[in-house]
Amino acid sequence: MPDSEIKNNYEPKIVAFFCNWCTYTAADLAGVSRLKYAPNVRVIRIMCSGRVDPQFILQAFASGADGVLIGGCHPGDCHYSEGNYKMLRRFRLLKRMLKSLGIAEKRLRLEWISASEGEKVKSVINEMVEQLKVLGPLAIPQSLDKINEELKEIPEEEIREEEPAHA
Amino acid sequence: MSDNNNKLNGSPQTNGAAVSNGTPKIGFYVCHCGHNIASQVDVEDVQKFASELPGVAVSRDYKYMCSDPGQELIQKDIKELGLNRIVVASCSPLLHEHTFRTAAEKAGLNPYYFHMVNIRENVSWVHDNKESATKKAKDLTRAAIQRVFFHKALEKKTVPINPDVLIVGGGIAGITAALTIANAGKHVYLVEREPTIGGHMAMFDKTFPTLDCAACILTPKMSAVKSHPHITMWTYSEVEKVDGFVGNYRVQVKRKPRYVNEELCVGCMECIDACIYKEAKYPDEFNQKLSKRKPIYIPFPQATPQVVLFDPETCIDFKSHRCKKTCIEVCDREAIDLKQVPEYKEINVGTVILTTGFKTYDAELSPQYGYGRYPNVYTSLEIERLVNASGPTAGEIINKDGIKPKSVGIIHCVGSRDQKAHKWCSKVCCMYSLKLAHLIKEHTGAQVYNFYIDMRTPGKGYEEFYDKLMTEGVHFVRGRVSEVTDWALVPEEENKLTIRVEDTLIGVVRRVPVDMVVLAVGLEPRVDADDIRRMFNISCSNEGWFLERHPKLAPVSTFTDGIFIAGGCQGPKDIPDSVAQAGAAAAEVLSLISAGSIELEPNTASIMEDHCSGCKSCIPLCPYSAISYIEDSKKAYINEALCKGCGTCVAACPSGSITQNMFDDEQIFSEIDGLLKFAGIELEETEGEHA
Ligand SMILES: Cc1cc2nc3c(=O)[nH]c(=O)nc-3n(C[C@H](O)[C@H](O)[C@H](O)COP(=O)(O)OP(=O)(O)OC[C@H]3O[C@@H](n4cnc5c(N)ncnc54)[C@H](O)[C@@H]3O)c2cc1C
Ligand code: SF4
Ligand code: SF4
Ligand code: FES
Repeated sequence: MPDSEIKNNYEPKIVAFFCNWCTYTAADLAGVSRLKYAPNVRVIRIMCSGRVDPQFILQAFASGADGVLIGGCHPGDCHYSEGNYKMLRRFRLLKRMLKSLGIAEKRLRLEWISASEGEKVKSVINEMVEQLKVLGPLAIPQSLDKINEELKEIPEEEIREEEPAHA
Repeated sequence: MSDNNNKLNGSPQTNGAAVSNGTPKIGFYVCHCGHNIASQVDVEDVQKFASELPGVAVSRDYKYMCSDPGQELIQKDIKELGLNRIVVASCSPLLHEHTFRTAAEKAGLNPYYFHMVNIRENVSWVHDNKESATKKAKDLTRAAIQRVFFHKALEKKTVPINPDVLIVGGGIAGITAALTIANAGKHVYLVEREPTIGGHMAMFDKTFPTLDCAACILTPKMSAVKSHPHITMWTYSEVEKVDGFVGNYRVQVKRKPRYVNEELCVGCMECIDACIYKEAKYPDEFNQKLSKRKPIYIPFPQATPQVVLFDPETCIDFKSHRCKKTCIEVCDREAIDLKQVPEYKEINVGTVILTTGFKTYDAELSPQYGYGRYPNVYTSLEIERLVNASGPTAGEIINKDGIKPKSVGIIHCVGSRDQKAHKWCSKVCCMYSLKLAHLIKEHTGAQVYNFYIDMRTPGKGYEEFYDKLMTEGVHFVRGRVSEVTDWALVPEEENKLTIRVEDTLIGVVRRVPVDMVVLAVGLEPRVDADDIRRMFNISCSNEGWFLERHPKLAPVSTFTDGIFIAGGCQGPKDIPDSVAQAGAAAAEVLSLISAGSIELEPNTASIMEDHCSGCKSCIPLCPYSAISYIEDSKKAYINEALCKGCGTCVAACPSGSITQNMFDDEQIFSEIDGLLKFAGIELEETEGEHA
């Protein structure tokens, strides 16, 4: 199949982690408001974006996701004060790591979406699907082993370094 | 976490160790939700698909799963087929998770063996291609089926409810809620920022549609609050800090100094007369700056509490320490204390009601109406004060030059239904404009013109009130006013304000010269609404109103347990609606108090001692300081009573030693796996950006 054809027929798969209090509620609002968005995203509900373990993201890519979207509350709005900040730090770390693995930056996205921003759920998802279509499929399962190896070494020190002492 | 890469190979049943409650026998139920789901998702296809998944003992579709027959279907299967896991694919778990859990529980199954798939809000309502919507519904179903393999029986966590209640904001909503709760014998702390309770209602002379005297119906309630044995009323106070959670909030309240001892002052106001300033010199905020007050003042005669206060910004003694302090000399109760400092109170309450109200739109932001430029353009709130018998003119409606207007134009929708200001309808302005039209006509005999876009008078007795106004000779012009100007084109417009408007009923542009213009300013969220909602950990709508848990079914609840909202802070509302909401919020609070405790999700985290390396990296992460380090065992320990279940520590533990009920790693990994297993196209070629 020529490259362009793959891209045209290709429907990217996105795994999304939405925090219960803001983004999941916003997605419900998008539903209640009957906003239409691309069907490529599959949502996993968690209580807080702070629960998103880097391993979940890597596992999603490893199992064939073309993109991973994390939705949390706006800074200062996290239901648990600062889970979203913890996520943000982890996210930055992960981006660096994905880059070193050759995974395009746009495949991992973190968005702050409040409970009233149904429109934003729609626009973020639609935009991400468009971007992933341009990038084309990511077929990672082959490099899974490599990732697992690297993973074993990275987080332990770096995460600890990244998390500052709690005030 | 190293051994958590448990990609589910083949049938998850093989993961025996992780599976509790015997071999999973899953009942799967997919709901049509009438046409809501069935029109976009091939429900039968999903049902068939699920029936073939490992572990599924029975798969059914039904028109309304949440109905009694739907729930009975599940219960019957649990009993007859011995099901030990239930998955329902229907609407959002935020709506019906509780319903189905309870149904399962009634049939003897631990409710945490249930899981819900959202194929309405997340699928049928947001997609319009049935094929891809159905595929998505199947992926989500598969993820849930895999997930419930790892569900465990859990005990609900219950926390006791401290029966004391905090109410923030002492307008009519806060007053009503406070009295309702206190009358039930529960203790209320009512915190009001201003020196008096009463809110906006205290400023009005009459209230629509019955034209009762606002003071006559409000002040008895204000005094009842003040004297109630179960109400601690803190005016001139603000909440500074909130900690804790439903059942037990710790709150710090700052009591700003009045420089007058509230216990000693009896409100005789002799000090005001004795003030070295013989004339009042400073703008009186309560009177919308239409009159002046002294540095020592009381907002209005019936202010509650009846206690004066100082304005340190204007008092000579605060500036130079050289005042003769005639006020102190005259007070035989020795109530004045210029050395007063802020006082901080710490209280514990189980529940909170926020009734912080609204503010009115700043009319200067719509310059076409000339507010701030032409002295005879007033806001509605200013007219409320002018028309009030205890207001700056003792109820006389006169312009700033002291002359009674012969003609008055009331402009509706200022700041409302306006793309350049607020899009929303402020709901009360048509009605209060009619009220003001009536009062102005009654007080002055002037010709009164109401300029409106649409006349909105839904409410009991409201349309009748409008009808009555029509018979009183008030003029109504339909159309949005484009401008208020003092530019006279004809002699009749000299020395007048001319209102330019297209009268859309007769289709001509009119110029109506008047002596006084009243702007019916809309309602908007308070400036600090965002700070307040953050402090109490609740959400706001895009416009900035406090967000209710459900617009229809939970209008006074929020997403934070134990925090309720009522009145103007939730959206534009008149007094009857504010009072009704306050009553509803009080009922919610009382029902929690009388239950004595609340059940919380058991989604707490715990540490697997054997795995914990004692690295301590989780300890600073917990926002509730629930994690401590046990020196003896050299391991971390989570106090379950403090853990709120965010999962942050779980995600961060480098050795994967922390588990979280309901959101365990293996549950989420199995979901990820289930989502992707049959998802999307199969990739034949693998060329990617990765090395
Ligand atoms: C010009 C005008 C005329 C109206 N006329 C009528 C009428 O005739 N009939 C009718 O039914 N409705 C009328 N309304 C609507 C009416 O004003 C509202 O329905 C009512 O005031 C809502 O009451 P509330 O207690 O929710 O808010 P508010 O009256 O705004 O009271 C809120 C209180 O909370 C306090 N507060 C705010 N923030 C804090 C904080 N952070 N900490 C502590 N305290 C705080 C405020 O100081 C205030 O005392 C009118 C509105 C306007 C603007
Ligand atoms: S993060 Fe906490 S639970 Fe995990 S190993 Fe370190 S101390 Fe133990
Ligand atoms: S889950 Fe959240 S609240 Fe519970 S112990 Fe961990 S960090 Fe603290
Ligand atoms: S609860 Fe939404 S990010 Fe923490």
